[in-house]
Amino acid sequence: MSMLSFEKKYRIRGGTLVGGDLFDFWIGPFYVGFFGVTTIFFTFLGTALILWGAALGDTWNLWQISINPPDIKYGLGLAPMAEGGLYQVITVCAIGAFGSWLLREVEICRKLGMGYHVPVAFGFAILAYVTLVVFRPILLGAWGHGFPYGIMSHLQWVSNVGYQFVWFHWNPAHMIAISLFFATALALALHGALILSSVNPQKGQHVKTPEHEDTFFRDTIGYSIGTLGIHRLLMYLALAAVFFSAVCIIISGPSWLWVGNWQDWWGWWLELPIWNTPYKPS
Amino acid sequence: MAEYQNLFTQVQVNAPSYPGVPLERDRDTNERIFEPWHSRLLGKLGNAQVGPIYLGFLGVASAICFALAFSIIGMNYLHQVDYNAIQFVRHMFWLSLDPPDAKYGLTIPPLAEGGWFLITGFFLTASVMLWWLRTYRRALSLGMGTHVAWAFAAAIWLFLVLGLIRPVLMGSWSEAVPYGIFSHLEWTQTFSIRWGNLFWNPFHMLSIAFLYGSALLAAMHGATILAVSRFGGDREIEQIVDRGTASERAALFWRWTMGFNASLESIHRWIWWFAVLVCITGGIGILLTGTAVDSWYLWAVKHGVIPSDPSMWPVTPSYTGE
Repeated sequence: MSMLSFEKKYRIRGGTLVGGDLFDFWIGPFYVGFFGVTTIFFTFLGTALILWGAALGDTWNLWQISINPPDIKYGLGLAPMAEGGLYQVITVCAIGAFGSWLLREVEICRKLGMGYHVPVAFGFAILAYVTLVVFRPILLGAWGHGFPYGIMSHLQWVSNVGYQFVWFHWNPAHMIAISLFFATALALALHGALILSSVNPQKGQHVKTPEHEDTFFRDTIGYSIGTLGIHRLLMYLALAAVFFSAVCIIISGPSWLWVGNWQDWWGWWLELPIWNTPYKPS
Repeated sequence: MAEYQNLFTQVQVNAPSYPGVPLERDRDTNERIFEPWHSRLLGKLGNAQVGPIYLGFLGVASAICFALAFSIIGMNYLHQVDYNAIQFVRHMFWLSLDPPDAKYGLTIPPLAEGGWFLITGFFLTASVMLWWLRTYRRALSLGMGTHVAWAFAAAIWLFLVLGLIRPVLMGSWSEAVPYGIFSHLEWTQTFSIRWGNLFWNPFHMLSIAFLYGSALLAAMHGATILAVSRFGGDREIEQIVDRGTASERAALFWRWTMGFNASLESIHRWIWWFAVLVCITGGIGILLTGTAVDSWYLWAVKHGVIPSDPSMWPVTPSYTGE
């Protein structure tokens, strides 16, 4: 039905953070729990408000629907519903839903006797979202600095904010984040490929061993990180990419961090005293 | 109460170096050179052993071609700072070996006006192709599947589109990407401005979706395995052929969280495809730019993806407060 062949023995009570036995059950394959209930609540409310917002707008084209943040003239206050207030309530619902999802993952980890690595990793993603729609707007003094909730409109926001700094590629944290994203994709491809190449060997060959995996990478590049190390690396690269992404945007705009053309930031390097005149005898 | 989360290795064992699975021919096994050494720092994260490395004709040829390309770039950089070593370091990120001017089309220009650029590209491409063959051969010699080589092929596709295929289709080497830290970033932004903002390129969207998706899956898979490493989850091959409680709990975690799950083998197919599709779709997106599509903005308007009336966009406030 909705249970895997080995699943029954794992469906035990316990592990909940809140609520004890009250919501400790499954619906189909989904675990509920107290935070499953709160997730459903925030999700339904948020989705309904998004639909209401779309109805207030001028299109039902999926690409062009956009729920927009309030004008910055409202500062850090609550805006009228039809003029950005909806966006604000939807954002609260989103944070509520994401937080609930994280805590539900924690309950599931506890029930299965697993480490909390997955919800912690998810926490980084939530932090990045909250950085964009809460922390940075607070630092800039208005909720209106959040990004619009629309498939195409959020891309336009990224493009516009980028051009406000003329050459956003020169943002050093942005450079680090992009390098980490590309490194993540590289490591991911290599790891997926390595495992598949071991369990799907050449015709007529037996399934290979971790010794073969290590040998392949040592032969090719002189080093093999190993079966445990690669999973640490994958997680660290991905979380670091997300972390530096949040950093790169929060330093862009607040007056005590960086304003203006990101190309100019690099002036500190070019103007280091060490490059200038060598010792001149009098 | 603090619990060990298996993030870094606390206790490292001093073990003898592993020379590698013996290859079919002794002369191949003997191609492995240099005595392995152990790094305690690396050992905190993964294996401590560094080396040996398989030399091989392909590896040597690839390394020579790369060294040539690297040296040509470096010599051009030095020339741009009048061979002053201090200014070389100072201006490093700003130095660039640029493609030829558009007026030369696909002809070979003088060395100082793009000739060196083309020679570099030739040797760099040769190096990459030889290295690809190396990854293919190393897998074959161990009886393993060639999945690494085919993943690499996707990245090579993007590399060739940017530096060879698209410039040829556009009729000019000037379209290629310069060899320089800041200059290749400038190329990226100028390219986007020239062709109507690349954000509206649907293959650019797909490539980014797969890139962010790769980060998501990397975090998910890495974290999941670490979370079940106490049950031996990192022994993936063993768990694939003989399912144990590690893969069972890993699968159930995701099934209970999001209603469906992968198996310990199939997750590696998910991650292989996500990562590989970043480069495949990215290459297509670049290839279509300037050849099939002149302005991605107009393309998107024409296909109803973005509104034709710009006043329908929400206003993006300036961080200065308008």
